[in-house]
Amino acid sequence: MSAHGIYGVMAEFDSPSALVSATRAARAKGYRKLDAFSPFPIEELTDALHLHKNKLPLIVLAGGIIGGLTGFFLQYWIAVVYFPLNIAGRPLNSWPSFIIITFELTILFASLSAVLGMMALCGLPMPYHPVFNVPRFSAASRNRFFLCIEAADPLFDPAKTSEFLGTLEPKEVSEVAN
Amino acid sequence: MADDQQIVVEKPAPGEIIAPGYTFGTITDQISSVVLTRKTPLFWFAAFGFGGSLLMLFLLAVTVLMAKGVGIWGIRTPVMWGFAITNFVWWIGIGHAGTLISAILLLLNQRWRNSINRFAEAMTLFAVACAGMFPLLHMGRPWLFYWMLPYPNTMAIEPQFRSPLVWDVFAVSTYATVSLLFWFVGLMPDLGTLRDRTKNPIGRAIYGILAMGWRGSARHWSVYETASLLLAGIATPLVLSVHTVVSFDFTIAIVPGWHSTFFPPYFVAGAIYSGFAMVLALAIPLRSVYGLQGLITDKHLDNCGKIMLATGWIVAYAYMLEVFGAWYGGNTYEQAAFWHRMTGPYAFEYWSLVACNIVAPQFLWFKRVRSSPVLLFISSIVVLAGMWLERFMIIVSSLAQDFLPSSWAIFRGTRWDWATYLGTIGLFLFLFFLFVRALPMISIFEVRTLLPQAKVSKEAKS
Repeated sequence: MSAHGIYGVMAEFDSPSALVSATRAARAKGYRKLDAFSPFPIEELTDALHLHKNKLPLIVLAGGIIGGLTGFFLQYWIAVVYFPLNIAGRPLNSWPSFIIITFELTILFASLSAVLGMMALCGLPMPYHPVFNVPRFSAASRNRFFLCIEAADPLFDPAKTSEFLGTLEPKEVSEVAN
Repeated sequence: MADDQQIVVEKPAPGEIIAPGYTFGTITDQISSVVLTRKTPLFWFAAFGFGGSLLMLFLLAVTVLMAKGVGIWGIRTPVMWGFAITNFVWWIGIGHAGTLISAILLLLNQRWRNSINRFAEAMTLFAVACAGMFPLLHMGRPWLFYWMLPYPNTMAIEPQFRSPLVWDVFAVSTYATVSLLFWFVGLMPDLGTLRDRTKNPIGRAIYGILAMGWRGSARHWSVYETASLLLAGIATPLVLSVHTVVSFDFTIAIVPGWHSTFFPPYFVAGAIYSGFAMVLALAIPLRSVYGLQGLITDKHLDNCGKIMLATGWIVAYAYMLEVFGAWYGGNTYEQAAFWHRMTGPYAFEYWSLVACNIVAPQFLWFKRVRSSPVLLFISSIVVLAGMWLERFMIIVSSLAQDFLPSSWAIFRGTRWDWATYLGTIGLFLFLFFLFVRALPMISIFEVRTLLPQAKVSKEAKS
């Protein structure tokens, strides 16, 4: 992955505030390839990492529009083109009665694209990730907060970066094997 | 570790939702220990065994149904819908509270929902599964269910998209799919927690596969939060639409007692009413058996009681409006339908439903009733029974006595009707208690956000 032979270095914190402060300090120091891990969503972390708005709303909108068009034209095609039934001379394209299925398929496609889009944007499912090589990392899903500076960062240097993380009052600093 | 202190169950401090003394660690341990512990309480075996026995009854009833046909049920002309559609509407309605709690209360920023949304969503899924059984079995030849879907076929038949019964197929299947997605997305971070905490290698593999490599990255959380909000926004109109579409099964028909414009809101309110009753009926035993009073507090039960009271009043208003509309509308058949309900062969069911749905819930005005889990449990069972009677009344009494007295006939459920109905209660309990044993019944990561220490301090913000 990188010249250093490791994935990065990781610092462990025991409160969300400590993690947010550390993330801001690392950003201020110039590190850009970094990620934070927490057992629950922390709004301030999103700001601290300068995570821009994601594309998910656009994906969901597109999914919903495709679903709505699918729903309507599925019914239109069957009722008007493929299988027209003349019942007492009523119009074949009886669109008011097509509204419900159009609506339902809009919802169905929008929510499928929300879930699949979320997974795609997160790169999930991901069977292997180096951060799990840190034994303490299992606490990231319980009560610990982690900041990882990746070796891919141009400023990364195993010794200096570890030393820098050590100044942020972590509980522990460890190297993340690849 | 320092934060593994004993859990003290006290009343939450003002402004807080869960009991004081919890930490991120103890919340995680307490909720995940229900799943990861080797000791399973006797209550679980009793409830699971009871559900399993009724499930066997269901399998028996379905086997007999397959062998002999739907004639084993009491459905005869003119009451061809009988128990099957009554139970379908009842179960679908129960599911609605789960989506209301997970989606609408999320959008309204009601943070107390975080303690109850997970099992309420599971309740939704299993209730929809039970509901789905009835239209399928009622078809008589359930293995041909795919004829309801538009697919290329050589039989030259296609669904009639102008029929509310076809709308129902789309509404209910969309509802089931979206509920499953919403539930699964909510579970992902907690599955990661279970993967990291279990000592059982098989469990780790299963939870690991299901968690899909979730690692709590801030980048993921930010997308995840967007996805949750969007799903909630999508599920909100969906949940309101599902029972609306179910009510169209009735209102589009011209049968007296069905053909009215206020059915959609009336059905949705009734759905939420019975759904919250089911939430209480499940939450009250679970929290005392697993000692979760610190997470599902008396305040939660109180809030659910208040929602029941409010939706109960909407339902009561609908009953009054229904009768008023029949009288004021001046339609002879409509008036006769209501007169039959009140005084005819189903008068006992009608007045029982008034007693269960309108009179009994008025006790919920009293704080003392709402703060007593036992009384709340009893009133939730009463409401569930009342809502079942309401569905029965709408469907059966309207069909039994419609326009032409010469075609009138009285419907009574046969033992196979009852066996199928009780059987789906068994299916529900069976699935629900499997869920309680195998997955965290309270959303761990969302409860963590309720802790005071989850807030980021002011210095860190700047």
